Amino acid sequence: MSFYRNIAAKIALLPMIVISLTVFVGCIIYSFVYSLTNSKLVPVMNYVGFDQYERLFKQRKWDVAVENIFIYGFVFTIGCLIIGFLLAVLIDQKIRGESLFRTIFLYPYAMSFVVTGLVWKWVLNPTFGLENSMHMWGMTWFELDWLVNRDLAIYAVCIAAVWQGAGFVMVLMLAGLRGIDEDIWKSLSIEGVAKWKSYIFVILPMLRPMVVTAIVLIAAGVVKVYDLILALTSGGPGYATTTPAMYVMENFFSRANLGQAFAASIIMFISVVCILAPWAFYEFYLRNKYANN
Amino acid sequence: MSTIPKGPRPKHLTVGRIGLYCFIFMCALFFLMPLYVMIITSLKDMDEIRAANILNLPKELSFYAWPKAWSQACTGFVCEGLKPGFINSVKITVPSVIVSVALSALNGYALAFWRFRGAYFFFGLCMFGAFIPYQVMVYPLLKIEDFLGIYSSLPGIILVHTIFGMPILTLIFRNFYASLPIDLFKAARIDGGNFIKIFFYVIIPMSTPITIVAVILQVTGIWNDFLLGLVFAGRDNQPMTVQLNNIVQVDYGVAEYNVDMSATILTSLVPLFVYFISGRWFVRGIAAGAIKG
Repeated sequence: MSFYRNIAAKIALLPMIVISLTVFVGCIIYSFVYSLTNSKLVPVMNYVGFDQYERLFKQRKWDVAVENIFIYGFVFTIGCLIIGFLLAVLIDQKIRGESLFRTIFLYPYAMSFVVTGLVWKWVLNPTFGLENSMHMWGMTWFELDWLVNRDLAIYAVCIAAVWQGAGFVMVLMLAGLRGIDEDIWKSLSIEGVAKWKSYIFVILPMLRPMVVTAIVLIAAGVVKVYDLILALTSGGPGYATTTPAMYVMENFFSRANLGQAFAASIIMFISVVCILAPWAFYEFYLRNKYANN
Repeated sequence: MSTIPKGPRPKHLTVGRIGLYCFIFMCALFFLMPLYVMIITSLKDMDEIRAANILNLPKELSFYAWPKAWSQACTGFVCEGLKPGFINSVKITVPSVIVSVALSALNGYALAFWRFRGAYFFFGLCMFGAFIPYQVMVYPLLKIEDFLGIYSSLPGIILVHTIFGMPILTLIFRNFYASLPIDLFKAARIDGGNFIKIFFYVIIPMSTPITIVAVILQVTGIWNDFLLGLVFAGRDNQPMTVQLNNIVQVDYGVAEYNVDMSATILTSLVPLFVYFISGRWFVRGIAAGAIKG
């Protein structure tokens, strides 16, 4: 095949090819190479082996960040899936004002993480926020001091994130529910299966592709959570809600500790690959294999 | 027997349906509460905010917070409000959207109709880029832009948005073009159309729906971006989200929650406007971006 065949298409795709190679591949290689050096303020080629990684794993702050990302990832993903699915099911009940409710559940998704964080920071404000409202209504036992509580602050982040992202899952699930064949509902109702049972044991398994897509997209977003936490807690109290992304940004831009930042960012990258690999393997390899047989 | 969900709307309200409506109404209240709190807080004066319940309607409407948030609130030593941020965000968003949508449409077209050996390898690489955490690429990309002499400038941030918008946009354009009847393309080829002519005279006139979806995705995405604007735009071009965060997070002086909330609303006005105007298109954008081809 001649190089000049289809030359126009090749020229048109040149920016994509250059960007894929230099930015997506090149930057990872660059980060990895310099994670093996002791670069501080500027990148220098001073090879120190895996010292930066060793140092990283000894950092208390990094431990906290990893722990937080697991809590956040778990609660946020599960919360979004359950609430998103529930909302989709509710909306699927032929209710009045369906589009109004859908608009209400999805609008937070149009807002930025910074806005989400700042709003919830105000709502959960320990002095003037919801806690105060409840006290004013006579419920003095009510406590909602999550933002200033080291152990609970990360859950405040989860609430804000679920509020923002549940509508996204709802849209995906609703698309799936609307694609379910009418006959399945008819036969389920003839069999006399309770509706909630049909949803959980029959319909949910049929929506598996949607669920998997939602989980992968949410999980890939979890790893990079940064602006939400910056706006809501600034990583505090202390560094109780810090995350790997914050750790990286801090070491890049305020601590001038490039080597550490590169090492931490490579760990982030590896964790994303670990999330994606099984899914990509299933989607693109297994499916093609079975499709061809 | 329970009603069939896909059947006609029940004539009489059953207990179950009343419960359903109650529940969905509660959910709607939860989702609307932060928006409600944002709006009423912005319309109270500080004395009332300190004294009264966060959920109460303002006793007296006070509009002073809005002009202050727009043109006088302080970020550090500069007290110009959000207005410069708004202008910067417009200056960043408009060219970024145009460039990234145009380039991605061309990419999708070349991938769908002019396949050449290796094209899909690079497309896969590009899609992979959509999942890499920004933190891995931020520093090397900064070095590349520094080398090109556009770091901390308007062209610099536009390039970054074009790069990171490319994977998902290319995907949705490619999927859309792949769903067009291939005979159309063949007929154009027989009539002597070349790469560029077919793109301009056949493909672009048919691309209106998918272009609307892509523009909505990009406008909300770029307007809501925080991290990239913070790193790549430079001090003079900081987008609205970054300035909002600076205004709200000042750690000296008295916190003015009404000004903070006005600023938060102002920042989310553009994406919310796009969301409420576009409605179904916004939902289509989510679905198009989520369903892998």
